[in-house]
Amino acid sequence: MSSQTPSQTVGPFFSHALTPSGNGHAPIAGRQLADERTPGTLIRIEGRVLDGAGHPVTDALVEIWQARHDGAYPEGSDAFRGFGRASTDAEGRFWFQTVKPGALPENGAPHVNAAVFARGMLNHAFTRIYFSDEQAGNSRDPVLTSVDPTRRKSLVASLRDLAGPPVYEFEICLQGAHETVFFDA
Amino acid sequence: MTSKRILGPRDWSSHPRQTHPDYKSTLLRSQRKPLVPLPQSLSELTGPAFGHCAVTSEDADLTRNAVRDGEAIGERIIVAGRLVDESGRAIPNALIEVWQANAAGRYVHSQDQHEAPLDPNFVGAGRALTDGAGRYRFTTIRPGAYPWRNHPNAWRPAHIHFSVFGTAFIQRLVTQMYFPGDPLLALDPIFNATADAAARQRLVAGYSTELTEPEWALGFEFDIVLRGPRATPLES
Repeated sequence: MSSQTPSQTVGPFFSHALTPSGNGHAPIAGRQLADERTPGTLIRIEGRVLDGAGHPVTDALVEIWQARHDGAYPEGSDAFRGFGRASTDAEGRFWFQTVKPGALPENGAPHVNAAVFARGMLNHAFTRIYFSDEQAGNSRDPVLTSVDPTRRKSLVASLRDLAGPPVYEFEICLQGAHETVFFDA
Repeated sequence: MTSKRILGPRDWSSHPRQTHPDYKSTLLRSQRKPLVPLPQSLSELTGPAFGHCAVTSEDADLTRNAVRDGEAIGERIIVAGRLVDESGRAIPNALIEVWQANAAGRYVHSQDQHEAPLDPNFVGAGRALTDGAGRYRFTTIRPGAYPWRNHPNAWRPAHIHFSVFGTAFIQRLVTQMYFPGDPLLALDPIFNATADAAARQRLVAGYSTELTEPEWALGFEFDIVLRGPRATPLES
């Protein structure tokens, strides 16, 4: 038996390794998980990361892991890999272009799994991104319904009322009155 | 339905506390509400696979993967180890990414304002896949300590950042590896945010004569342990 290696903060200087652009090696994953050729509905998830004072967190890293359009999680050989990575910009913003995940009955309502890392976070935080236009599924989802109703909406990305491909907005509040629900799985 | 083994919990006696006032950046960024328990489903127990990714052996040699017109400057070292879970089982084909400052304590990053030279032949980023026995190996330059503004005359001990994937998304780990005998360790609020002294020692690499290559490079051994299967499997 061995004991777990402790977590440490990702720090402020991860971009040349984890989200490189331009020089250096090609990124292993990025903001764009899918394009027009990927089976499913192409969507964008746009968000911001905010600290306990409501200020943008400009050096956060957000990772997502999600099912394919048919609800199954990708295998290693799938063209759609289901994993994305984005750093936040000078306004704390991030985005992903992906397909809307489907849902298998045993997995509840469609959702994207997310992990948030930043300087000042000694452990990363896990959350889930549900979709505002999936009300029926959301109301039956065992995880969403286990969350205090006053905090539930922090897990639901809102569909922006716009023509064109769907854009969902999702704010991540690390701390404060509107702190996002983070999970211990 | 694919059956997956339930994992044991994150070991909160090993991991740092979320809010550690000595580390100032935690004050507005740490989570204050209790984490919500989440039963493990496929969302948690699956994870991205990187075995098909184009990771080359050059990616693991930081002394060569960014060379422009010369050699990376500093003390060449080898950092190697095993990636296992708590049951001791090797985790093969797993992606390990590393990043670090150069020998002078400077990162290739626009926000790093430390007045120390950049090395035109060193970027300080690498990655590798573990082999069938869970082993990985990097060749790099020993990073320098560098100042930060957390408190007066604050210096981070030399360290290498590690990003590690297991097979499940909830095994994800980002950590830092330190060097043995560093006097700055006792003063570093990030290292000391882990309350348990034995757990902190798991962040310190060991000098290894076996990894050391004669006339070439010192070797350091750093094993990484991720969450493993729950001791008593649940019947579903």
